[in-house]
Amino acid sequence: MNEQSPRKLTINILRYDPHVKGDKPHVDTFEIEEAPGMTLFIVLNDIREHHDASLKFDFVCRAGICGSCGMLINGRPGLACSTLTSKLPDVINLAPLPVFELIGDLSVYNGKWMRGMNERLETWIHQKEKEMRDINRIEEPMDPDLSEEIYELDRCIECGCCVAGCGTLQMNENFVGAVGLNKIARYRLDPRDEREDADYYELIGDEDGVFGCMTLLGCEDVCPKKLPLQSKIAYLRRQMVKIGLTKDIHKCDCLEHDEEY
Amino acid sequence: MSKLHHSRIPAYLDVTQSVTGLLLALFIVAHIIFEASILLGPGAMEKMTLFFEGYYLFGERHPIIITILGIIISALFLVHAALAIRKIPSTWHQYRTFRKHMKRFRHDDTTLWMVQVVTGFAMFYLGSVHIYMMMANPSKIGPYLSAQRVVEGWMWPLYLALLFCVVLHAFIGLYRLALKWGWFEGSNYRQSRRIMKRIMRAAILIYIVIGLASLGTYVSIGLDAGQKRIEKAQQ
Ligand code: SF4
Ligand code: SF4
Ligand code: FES
Repeated sequence: MNEQSPRKLTINILRYDPHVKGDKPHVDTFEIEEAPGMTLFIVLNDIREHHDASLKFDFVCRAGICGSCGMLINGRPGLACSTLTSKLPDVINLAPLPVFELIGDLSVYNGKWMRGMNERLETWIHQKEKEMRDINRIEEPMDPDLSEEIYELDRCIECGCCVAGCGTLQMNENFVGAVGLNKIARYRLDPRDEREDADYYELIGDEDGVFGCMTLLGCEDVCPKKLPLQSKIAYLRRQMVKIGLTKDIHKCDCLEHDEEY
Repeated sequence: MSKLHHSRIPAYLDVTQSVTGLLLALFIVAHIIFEASILLGPGAMEKMTLFFEGYYLFGERHPIIITILGIIISALFLVHAALAIRKIPSTWHQYRTFRKHMKRFRHDDTTLWMVQVVTGFAMFYLGSVHIYMMMANPSKIGPYLSAQRVVEGWMWPLYLALLFCVVLHAFIGLYRLALKWGWFEGSNYRQSRRIMKRIMRAAILIYIVIGLASLGTYVSIGLDAGQKRIEKAQQ
């Protein structure tokens, strides 16, 4: 068998802790010997264990499910836990995701951003009737194909890779991003949500919403869950234009958003 | 939660930008082909000119038709440019942020957008000069008059630059337009995007080649005519 000596990986990490007074952004370099099946999760833990215990980064599930390990891997947003080093060159540059508030080193507060986005877009089922919200009520059956389509979009793990890969968001921080648009598409499909297109138009019918998207498709190309972002943004755009051009939005019979939600 | 404005204007603007862009791109696609009639010889180009001047319809030439066409194109061009300007970085800070993102990300479609911004800007100048000249002098279009303008009027550097800008801008624009509205998605939208991208690249290449060949032909006709005139004068 042809035994090859393992690769030496050079890991450059952008370090900066905004909470430490006087700290300046700088790059620290670590040398790691590559092991079979190695992921960046293993690399970073190795660094923290053997080289620098102060390195900050986030992981929870290490299985591509929780969305906490998003970072820039050689400039591209991606999940560290599901990135194999064997797919990367000898030199690996790691940096925190842009846009989000920096906690320190590779750790960002994407949860805060996502919460803001979810509140703004009201990403929960809206129903008019109070009885409908009775938890003892038996749920209406749903067409399996439709439920599949909805849950396909529900696979979003809010990792923020699409946000970090979006050129529009870099220039307009109020833009809801593909993650937000995907959520609206998800609720638009759901028959349990009684909001009308005019209600959605209120939420995303402007330059901070679907009309702000410049179709750069960074989101589509970096989404680790391979969500159909491109197709869903186009779908929403068509729906919102239909509403924008045909309905008198000011007089629409919009759903009242009472404080009970 | 801050309430968003319920204005329908953003929808109108988005649609108008797309529609004007589509019309302009289709115009370019046809324009370069008509222009390339010169490759079939001056006679073919002459016929094309007569056709656009309404000769075959009215039995006489009406160069004013070209002027009217020019006015329509200018209007589309202005509206499209005014709307597109909303999207481009408006401050140095925004521009720098986008550039930084683009360089770090090295993502095809993000970079393509920058190509559109740059070519769009260049066309403000190059396109305006060209359209104005056509509108102001519609009767000076034809195999020999155009060739003279290209060579003696020193228009070839402008046309050369305009050719690259317009072809890149139009085909990248068409590709992005299709993705933006979800046209031709088919059952596998990722596969469709790959195909569209390939078509876009091929179209850019083909149109650049055709455009260069036509421009080269005008240059050579122009040079020939110039040479002949010199010889005549010397006789
Ligand atoms: S859409 Fe994709 S990239 Fe964006 S947050 Fe969800 S999983 Fe991450
Ligand atoms: S397609 Fe739209 S949301 Fe996605 S990266 Fe581009 S601008 Fe952002
Ligand atoms: S650790 Fe959960 S997605 Fe990477």
